[in-house]
Amino acid sequence: MDLTLTREEEDFRRRLRDWLHRTLPTLPPKPSPADWPARRAYDCAWQRALYDAGYAGLHWPADAGGRGATPTQHLIFLEEAELAGAPYVGANFVGLLHAGPTIAVEGTAAQQARWLPPVLRGEEVWCQGFSEPEAGSDLASLRTRAVRDGDAYVVTGSKTWTSHAEVADWCELLVRTDPSAPGHRGLSWLAMRMDAPGVTVRPLRTLAGSMEFAELFLDEVRVPVAQRVGAENDGWRVTMVTLSFERGTAFAGEVVACRRTLALLARAAKENGRWEDAALRRRLGRLNAEFTALWRLAQWNASEAAHALRTGGNGVPGVGASVFKLRYSHARQELYDAASEALGPLSLDASHEWTLERLSSLSYTIAAGTSQIQQNIIAERILGLPRGR
Amino acid sequence: MDFRLSEDQRALRAGMRDLLVARFPREKLRESAEADPAKRAPLDRALWRELGEIGVFSLRLSEKEGGAGLGLPEAVLVFEEAGRALLPGPLAASHLAAGLVSGAADGTTVVTALEGAGLAEHLDSADAVLLCEGPTVRAFPVGDGAGPLATARPLRSVDPTTPLHHLPEAHEVPCGAERASRTGRLPVAGASATATAAAVDPGRLRAEAALLTAAQQLGSAARTLEMAVAHAKSRTQFGRPIGAFQAVQHLCARMLARTEIARSSVYAASLAMTLGDISGAKLLADEAAVRNARDCLQLHGGLGFTWEADVHLHLKRAWVRQAQWQSTERAEEALAAALLEGAGDCMTETANRVNGAV
Ligand SMILES: Cc1cc2nc3c(=O)[nH]c(=O)nc-3n(C[C@H](O)[C@H](O)[C@H](O)COP(=O)(O)OP(=O)(O)OC[C@H]3O[C@@H](n4cnc5c(N)ncnc54)[C@H](O)[C@@H]3O)c2cc1C
Repeated sequence: MDLTLTREEEDFRRRLRDWLHRTLPTLPPKPSPADWPARRAYDCAWQRALYDAGYAGLHWPADAGGRGATPTQHLIFLEEAELAGAPYVGANFVGLLHAGPTIAVEGTAAQQARWLPPVLRGEEVWCQGFSEPEAGSDLASLRTRAVRDGDAYVVTGSKTWTSHAEVADWCELLVRTDPSAPGHRGLSWLAMRMDAPGVTVRPLRTLAGSMEFAELFLDEVRVPVAQRVGAENDGWRVTMVTLSFERGTAFAGEVVACRRTLALLARAAKENGRWEDAALRRRLGRLNAEFTALWRLAQWNASEAAHALRTGGNGVPGVGASVFKLRYSHARQELYDAASEALGPLSLDASHEWTLERLSSLSYTIAAGTSQIQQNIIAERILGLPRGR
Repeated sequence: MDFRLSEDQRALRAGMRDLLVARFPREKLRESAEADPAKRAPLDRALWRELGEIGVFSLRLSEKEGGAGLGLPEAVLVFEEAGRALLPGPLAASHLAAGLVSGAADGTTVVTALEGAGLAEHLDSADAVLLCEGPTVRAFPVGDGAGPLATARPLRSVDPTTPLHHLPEAHEVPCGAERASRTGRLPVAGASATATAAAVDPGRLRAEAALLTAAQQLGSAARTLEMAVAHAKSRTQFGRPIGAFQAVQHLCARMLARTEIARSSVYAASLAMTLGDISGAKLLADEAAVRNARDCLQLHGGLGFTWEADVHLHLKRAWVRQAQWQSTERAEEALAAALLEGAGDCMTETANRVNGAV
């Protein structure tokens, strides 16, 4: 057990910190949250800056164009970027955290060469077309069909809750290539261009009032067979790689942000007098323990991942990521519920940042696998309980 | 950074587990639970000496002082196993008294403590008591019943394996309340213990006690999770193992999440030793032990409500340990106060200034 950083890790941190402090003041002002094209441009400019400084694809393997950084270095990056107030991955979320890592693990050399560099340079944006109106938690029941026609698949069906679809260039698409095979057998993973003929995007409004995700209607969209990653009908396994990346690494940086928000919240309560309320104080104290522990768990998971990498694994986060996801989603909601208590009546002002965060936190126990599904996974795969019903 | 256990640490933990299976099997636990509550279960002094011989108390003393020269992470692993087996006794107090009170290190002297909520466990069996109030740590012989112990009143302890005394006027001192490292002296010792003068930082001592108590809670939480899962796999109702019912599965999943969150937090606190980490570890480990025991009890149905099943012993011990060294309220208040003092700092960095903050 050792939490101290090696000299190498300390050097990495120092260089990163210097770079962040030099670079962040030169960034343009953040665009309005409703202006998606401007947001895309901003997020991609930030990604380009990371690329130029050698920080793009930090945790991707070197032969996929990444920096081959250790999970610990990745964690240092997430922490430092957050502490310095750097922009989030934003529109590049799927490219950097889902599709990219999947292609890095499962794609051919040619596919990696085609798709990964533009993601790393912030030139192409990806979205994720997995969920369908009739297939959410039970993803394997999805119906979008892909029928082989020469050197292309003809794809027909619909996807939903597709985040960033409006500004995406590519979609990682999960489709049914063998209608006779049940469930997860018979699925394939395709990369689809969003400007391909037959793709229609209809934005959906979230409960926070924003346009974050969309419905996709696919009407005989031709997707070249060369854009399939992994074998035909092996898409489920390929997808599981993507999903565990999503749960394992996507949220560690946010824990740091939550700890900072918590400290700000305590100060706000001190100023408006609500700090005198022992129940609120204790609630905040408990959240301090929870977010500190979540960061420790992220360090634990990173150490496990590093060990797996050293001993020949591919660095894909394991089922332990489910524990992190389950507790984190809940803690984030608790944080903004506590924020509303600390704010008092001002928490009903929807222009307050914490009120918006409170609304958006409601998606955390749903997106990327609901909390119920995480508990199913823990019960069956970690604890070995019989399959539920 | 490599947070995983080293080979040696894994071996140490396994060794302690094997030893407890051999020396403190379930029958011994049950034996002490059957003792007449009015007579207050005496501590098994032979076992205590054995624990001393294998180094449970002297683990962190230098080799020159007869110890193993190990650190808090190792102590935490040993205490986790003790908690898992529900080993009774003032383990944390005696461990902390090693090197301060003679005979504590080898288990010939049993040292308990008077702390926190005015509770002292196993006072009848103990030779000396550490008084951890205010800026100093003092040790008193138990024998003459004088000094601060004069007002001690025996409780009919809820935990049949942990006799308790209550001292009404003792006040709980927050863990690490004094930041400055003041020096305490240990002037007194019991009949079998000679006085040892030593420099003790009471804030540090209380923090370590809270952490070692949290480690025991972690062990108990992990054990009740195991008991629940084993029962869920073997008990059949409606023609299938109850573990196939989702309500049962989700209970177990949350038990695991609680255990693992507590584990990261307890292990990290043993390395970083910041007040935030320690209070968080105590809070989360207490919660894991108490909640897991409750859920385990629920999963056992009527069996869970019997004296015969072990689960009530876990719950009752967890309640006692929760009140010791840093209660939930104290921990939450300490963690809240820390928020105003700039929590939200860099976390990987704190580890590089180990032991700076307590
Ligand atoms: C903000 C946001 C962004 C998203 N972005 C994307 C995206 O970019 N791409 C994409 O493909 N998808 C995306 N999703 C979709 C997301 O993955 C699904 O919403 C999620 O998997 C749940 O599916 P569902 O909405 O169909 O709910 P359902 O599966 O219908 O679930 C409804 C309720 O039933 C419960 N339930 C279902 N099955 C079980 C079971 N076996 N056991 C116990 N309880 C069960 C669920 O927990 C839930 O409470 C996004 C969702 C949100 C909220």
